[in-house]
Amino acid sequence: MNKSTWLWLVLGLIGFCLLPWYVQEDGFWGFEWLVDGYPFDPDYAPGLFLILQGEKLWLAPIPVWLLLPIFALAFSTRSDRYSANVLLLAGLLGLTWLAIQGYSIGLRGWNYEALTALFGPLEDRQFGMGSGALLVAASFLFIMTTGIAGRGAVNGDIFVVGAIGLIIAMVTVFIFFPIVQMLSSALRDNDGVYSLGIFASKFFDNKIWGLSCIQGGTRCGVAWNSLFLAILVGFSTTALGLAFALVATRSGFRFGKMLRALTVLPIITPPFVIGLAIILLFGLSGSITQFVADLFDLQPTRWVYGLPGIYIAQMLSFTPIAFLVLIGVVEGVSPSMEEAAQTLRASKWQTFRTVSLPLMRPGLANAFLLGFIESMADFGNPLVLGGNYDVLSTEIFFAIVGAQNDQGKAAVLAIALLIFTLTAFYAQRRWLGNKSYTTKTGKGDGGMHVLLPKRILMPCYFIVLTWGTFTITVYGMILYGGFVETWGLNNTLTFKHYITAFGIGFNDFGLHFKGAAWDSFWTTLKIAATAAPLTAIVGLLTAWLLVRQNFAGKQAFEFGTMLSFAIPGTVIGVSYILAFNVPPIELTGTGAILVISFIFRNMPVGVRAGIASMSQIDKSLDEASLTLGANTWRTFTRIILPLMRPAILAALVFSFVRAMTAISAVIFLVSAEYNMATSYIIGRVENNDYGIAIAYSSVLIVVMLTVVALMQLLVGRANTRRRLAQSGSNG
Amino acid sequence: MKKSRLLFLAPFVFAGSVSSPLHAAEKLTYYCSAQEDWCQIMATGFEEATGIKVSMTRKSSGETLAQIKAESSNPKGDIWWGGTGDPHLQAAEEGLTVAYESPLNAEQNDWAVKQAASADFKTMGIYSGALGYGYNEEVLKANDLPVPACWADLLKPEYKGHVQMANPNSSGTAYTTLATIVQLFGEDEGFEFMKGLHKNINQYTKSGSAPIKAAARGENTIGIVFMHDAVKQAASGFPIKVVAPCEGTGYEIGGMSLIKDSRNPENAKKFFDWALTAEVQTRALEVKAFQVMSNKSATSSPMAPDLASIKLIDYDFKKYGSSAERKRLLKKWDDEVSVLPQ
Repeated sequence: MNKSTWLWLVLGLIGFCLLPWYVQEDGFWGFEWLVDGYPFDPDYAPGLFLILQGEKLWLAPIPVWLLLPIFALAFSTRSDRYSANVLLLAGLLGLTWLAIQGYSIGLRGWNYEALTALFGPLEDRQFGMGSGALLVAASFLFIMTTGIAGRGAVNGDIFVVGAIGLIIAMVTVFIFFPIVQMLSSALRDNDGVYSLGIFASKFFDNKIWGLSCIQGGTRCGVAWNSLFLAILVGFSTTALGLAFALVATRSGFRFGKMLRALTVLPIITPPFVIGLAIILLFGLSGSITQFVADLFDLQPTRWVYGLPGIYIAQMLSFTPIAFLVLIGVVEGVSPSMEEAAQTLRASKWQTFRTVSLPLMRPGLANAFLLGFIESMADFGNPLVLGGNYDVLSTEIFFAIVGAQNDQGKAAVLAIALLIFTLTAFYAQRRWLGNKSYTTKTGKGDGGMHVLLPKRILMPCYFIVLTWGTFTITVYGMILYGGFVETWGLNNTLTFKHYITAFGIGFNDFGLHFKGAAWDSFWTTLKIAATAAPLTAIVGLLTAWLLVRQNFAGKQAFEFGTMLSFAIPGTVIGVSYILAFNVPPIELTGTGAILVISFIFRNMPVGVRAGIASMSQIDKSLDEASLTLGANTWRTFTRIILPLMRPAILAALVFSFVRAMTAISAVIFLVSAEYNMATSYIIGRVENNDYGIAIAYSSVLIVVMLTVVALMQLLVGRANTRRRLAQSGSNG
Repeated sequence: MKKSRLLFLAPFVFAGSVSSPLHAAEKLTYYCSAQEDWCQIMATGFEEATGIKVSMTRKSSGETLAQIKAESSNPKGDIWWGGTGDPHLQAAEEGLTVAYESPLNAEQNDWAVKQAASADFKTMGIYSGALGYGYNEEVLKANDLPVPACWADLLKPEYKGHVQMANPNSSGTAYTTLATIVQLFGEDEGFEFMKGLHKNINQYTKSGSAPIKAAARGENTIGIVFMHDAVKQAASGFPIKVVAPCEGTGYEIGGMSLIKDSRNPENAKKFFDWALTAEVQTRALEVKAFQVMSNKSATSSPMAPDLASIKLIDYDFKKYGSSAERKRLLKKWDDEVSVLPQ
């Protein structure tokens, strides 16, 4: 056995013999237990002391699995194969036992009626896993993966198998488990009895799938509403994004750089803000509605509430995303192809129609599907602007929090939503996987892109200028809105909202943050700053495994890690509440649950960024390092990581910013101690305090812009370093 | 290499600061379903009065009930204060709260104690407010509409597209409206009324007070809400007028409940008693909460609707607060009213 195996065995024993087994009320990092009756008080006792005192005897098998490999291997001289089998068995049995006891015995004795019937009632109970149990679980996991590696998996690389095991364990616990938990409630009636009939009657409800609007009825089912909206938004954002991309790259337009800056807008915009701005502009008493009504002597209407409002708001939010996707694709089309077409006497229009446009198809499909998924999952805009146009994401929310409080209905709606997003997700992968549109052949592309033909350029200019002006107006309004007394009624300029939210005063103890928003602001920063590096680590580690390692089930592994991207936030939020409120994993009400939800929501982006950047690093670098005797861990940290700074920083920025603006999952997970900025803003919106909501959002936008700009600076520097390193290796 | 080590360490350092509590002293976890600023002054007021550290979560009463239910096998909250009475009664019915008779019950209005008694003291009435509606004077004038005074006025065809109420499925306020109309006109006639009203409704909002907030901003003309919510908008300077319908109206009683198996039950009781004192209840005026308070000696605002001068129906909280009756009425409304063309 090697050193790391011993290390994990010893850590497991420490976890069992020294650290408190159950979760501590004053938090993971609280150390009250050290001074208060440890190690004998059952609330603070480590597993060993519990058993010695005759309590929680179901924990007794655990040390057996820890000691088994120690005794079996320390006094044995048998083959490596034998020790690998022992480790695998011990780890597997240990983990299984932990899971079985954790899920069968809960706060009120047996968790399942069947167990009570079988063993009789249990007088004892147990809380969630504490630091001791966590360490023991980790120990079992790595003992098991060491065993698997010892049996020859992935060339017997302990680190790689360990990493794969860790990620599979985390994805299972924090993505699959909660989702399954949630979906299973769709199969249960109100008394907790499972039945397929119940599911069918709930799922095929007319309110979800009704089609009466086509036959002249009042309204269609929410699923069709969502689908229709998402398709509409997908198409429109793709078209607009393409117009922007063409103007930015192929028109000689001087402000192309400014257009690129647009792409950061959607990720730094807190939810609701755009919706509020749309109401202030187009609502019944909105500036533009009033102006047009006066001009043409019309009666102003509430036209914006419903499909039109959500559509406009989502277009504003998601067009930059389509732009971001398409700009790379449009630039990527090789000029040589277009030059060839022109040499063959094709006109500019013919070239564009028959060569450039078809080559952009994968980008177009990608942009459409992103718009589709984003629109499906969007929560803030429909909430503010929906009117009577109900969509799935908000209906899920109100099924849980509304007066009817129907968990099963929420689960059923979530399934409908999942079907749509997963289908889109699958279609995207199929589309991109099967066709080749490669134009970058590695040979020199000296040419310049052909400028656009006039008949395309002019409409593009028109669209870009109109939409660009509109976007700038909306954001201008948002900034301005924070400084007026009451929007629309009393337009006196004031700092009132900023002072209420972010006032600073002095009291007896010195500086005092007395503004109402400080609390949630600091919490948000702390949570976002915690989640960002963890997301980057998990994401990049996964990317490295996917790009550099070969192992059985890699496809399924990849799908699992990318899955959370297709799961809307509301679904995640609800399922986390259901899954992590009770032992063995008790997380609700902590900051950790927020951090974890962010890590697994944003991990796919880290993975994507990592894969992209890792594909650019020549594999011979790893091989050189391995040949010189470094192990994989050393190679990963010393060679790969330093070369990947741009990807690391991209993942850091993205997850930081997303953590600050996320709302759909967060709204279920915030607690008294850990309130987030976005949920505070909703509270203000609900209370008609648009001033404070908008002021707070402006502050967030400025903070995030600063962070993005700082990171951009760092990325710039890292880029040159990477090139140096690479050319060094080539030379 | 040093830098990247720091990078690895950073999250753990942060994680440490996130999950370590600042105070290990006396604690109270307080769920609040009233308006944010009212929740705030209750929390800070209690901290100042007792030195007990309060951590507060504000969510609507429906959300809070959902949370307490979800957490029921491992309750995190100690006390639930504020929000309309029905979810509190529902929680009592489902055994999520515990009974407690405060020594201050003698100082409380009859309706508050009656509410408590109807749930075996597993909840307590703390304030009450009558249902009604409010309209935006300016929008009404701009559209040349007559001034409404009764429930029946709202059915007039000229108000088409001008009335807003919440969806009874998602809002307690709107369910109270439905139950009030049914009790006022009888079930059959009541549903005829809801069908007539449906023709004039421009949107069923999700949240109960949203219709009057939209009216305040000029996004809507008439909003059916609790009168104190309408008064609040008027007091904030919006051109809102409040109407107590001439036929009479229903009312809500705001609730307070002690959560079962909570972690700090003694502190929760302290809060319970403290929240029933006249001095504390009078502070509601600081945050423009215009409900009528439960303590007989609490002062109420001259702007607040005077319950004595409003024709109140004898609202049957027991019947209309029960899950079965609620489900039946909502289903009937869903099947017969919400599907009609507008």
